[in-house]
Amino acid sequence: MSKLRPDLQIIADNINPNARVLDIGCGDGALMAALRDQKKVDARGLEIEPANVASAVSKGLSVVQGDADTDLSAYPDGSFDYAILSQTLQTTHRPDVIIDELLRIGKQAFVSFPNFAHWRVRMSLLIGGRMPVTRLLPQTWYNTPNIHHVTIDDFRALVRDGKLEQEGEWFLSGDKQTGRAMANLLAEHAVFLLRRQIVPGLSQRDEDQKWRMTMNF
Amino acid sequence: MSEIINEDTRFGLDKKVRLLGPLPLDSGGELTPVEIAYETYGTLSADASNAILICHALTMDQYVASQHPLTGKGGWWTDMVGPGKPVDTERHFIICANVIGSCLGSSGPATINPATEQPWGMDFPVLTIADMVRAQALLLDHLGIECLHAVIGGSMGGMQAISWTALYPERVKSAVIIASAARHSAQNIAFHEVGRQAIMADPRWRGGAYYADDDPPSSGLAVARMAAHITYLSEAGLTEKFGRRLQDRDSKTFGFDADFQVESYLRHQGISFVDRFDANSYLYITRAMDYFDLAEAHGGTLAHAFKGSKTRFCLISFDTDWLYPTSESRTIVHALNAAGAAASFVELSSAFGHDSFLLKNPEMNRIVDGFLKAGEST
Repeated sequence: MSKLRPDLQIIADNINPNARVLDIGCGDGALMAALRDQKKVDARGLEIEPANVASAVSKGLSVVQGDADTDLSAYPDGSFDYAILSQTLQTTHRPDVIIDELLRIGKQAFVSFPNFAHWRVRMSLLIGGRMPVTRLLPQTWYNTPNIHHVTIDDFRALVRDGKLEQEGEWFLSGDKQTGRAMANLLAEHAVFLLRRQIVPGLSQRDEDQKWRMTMNF
Repeated sequence: MSEIINEDTRFGLDKKVRLLGPLPLDSGGELTPVEIAYETYGTLSADASNAILICHALTMDQYVASQHPLTGKGGWWTDMVGPGKPVDTERHFIICANVIGSCLGSSGPATINPATEQPWGMDFPVLTIADMVRAQALLLDHLGIECLHAVIGGSMGGMQAISWTALYPERVKSAVIIASAARHSAQNIAFHEVGRQAIMADPRWRGGAYYADDDPPSSGLAVARMAAHITYLSEAGLTEKFGRRLQDRDSKTFGFDADFQVESYLRHQGISFVDRFDANSYLYITRAMDYFDLAEAHGGTLAHAFKGSKTRFCLISFDTDWLYPTSESRTIVHALNAAGAAASFVELSSAFGHDSFLLKNPEMNRIVDGFLKAGEST
């Protein structure tokens, strides 16, 4: 078994055995295969690149070619224990809507992203005066798929404003886990585990969801 | 109850069985007996767990990996089916049956109506895709196969494959549906109607009663084939293959001969088709496809067709296929996701339109191979 990317390893370590998992932007299915083989997880994937889908399907994984921005609405509410969005949030058109969808489909959601406030990124912009090109953000401004750069503090604000519960957070620097202290400056990469705040009564959002469910199919 | 009618001395080839049925039909009647001509490849395992059913498209036949008796050509899907291929004659027991309504040995308008001892002609009952599938289920009963390792089909074969998963979910472990749809679109129906009208406008069609003097409506059938053939290709494919190039001449003739290569090609497609296909079968099978709408039978909600399904699904579409475009496959995938079924889907790139599924495509083979093998390891 080849080694998982560090952020994926953190996610894999924190998923309960036999869970139902939807991996959005699953790439060639490395995490899904590890979860299936090590934790008997029922994993499903969504991936935009045909070659990646082909690789995942040829590993025997259930992966659908599609776009997180348009194809999540088909999945019913609460149909997965976990929805996973690794290194994909910053490529979506509306990250806030996507996170909303993750927590509609999954009871919990793992989100991992490169931290745009890491000191190397800051230095690159401050000293060089050019859009940063780093190990985790290797493309230049004109060909990068990362259209919504985000920092750890930005993400925390989104979690707070979206009235979401944060159940776990992990930070990485140079593929090693680092502490919470000054994570927004020192972490290259963050992994969050979220769940929706449980509020008594039926919210407007639930009403919206009901309407959406009746409209689907 | 059944009887073996004839059997080629070569193992598994040119088999034909008469099943007493009766086969209840969606139109309300029933068909009895049901004759089914089929080919098998490979050996059925002791526990009958390695059976794969291949469902053929509109004008294809059971000769998926063996020589066609009329054209002498090799099988129509030998890149996918054969020793060491994704559908592996060494590993799997492979069945491909001529659909009922067709003309390569299974019950159809050209076969004998037991009531009149004459060819059925237009008295043959109008069929549906589900009827074809139920007939295949009768054949599997006869062969002692309770559960299929996989059902695989492209185009109309894909309609049968997906119908299998809805009609007999417990009999299908996995399904591969290529370049297909869960319903026939208005455009699909429109093209089929052009073909049918071409056949029926041929004076030799005579209400379908043309078998006695062996003078079939070949002109009408050829035109139907020409029109349909355009829908199987892509504009880019036609341009690449023919462009505006002239056929065996240096300049235009200012007449109505086949000046252009593309005209000559289509005429050839039409003329060679009539040697291997029956015009009435073309009417019946296109009708069955037009009537196909899997959601309709499930209260208009496609996801209901897959409720509680344990079947693994693999769907493949092609980016230049405008007859069964990717959006049709995606509709099925969304319904499978809504039903919580295990689904895989990929759109592959190919220049050759709908016909892509019949052509060599290493990526398609890699996907089908991995998908089938994954089902064998569990």
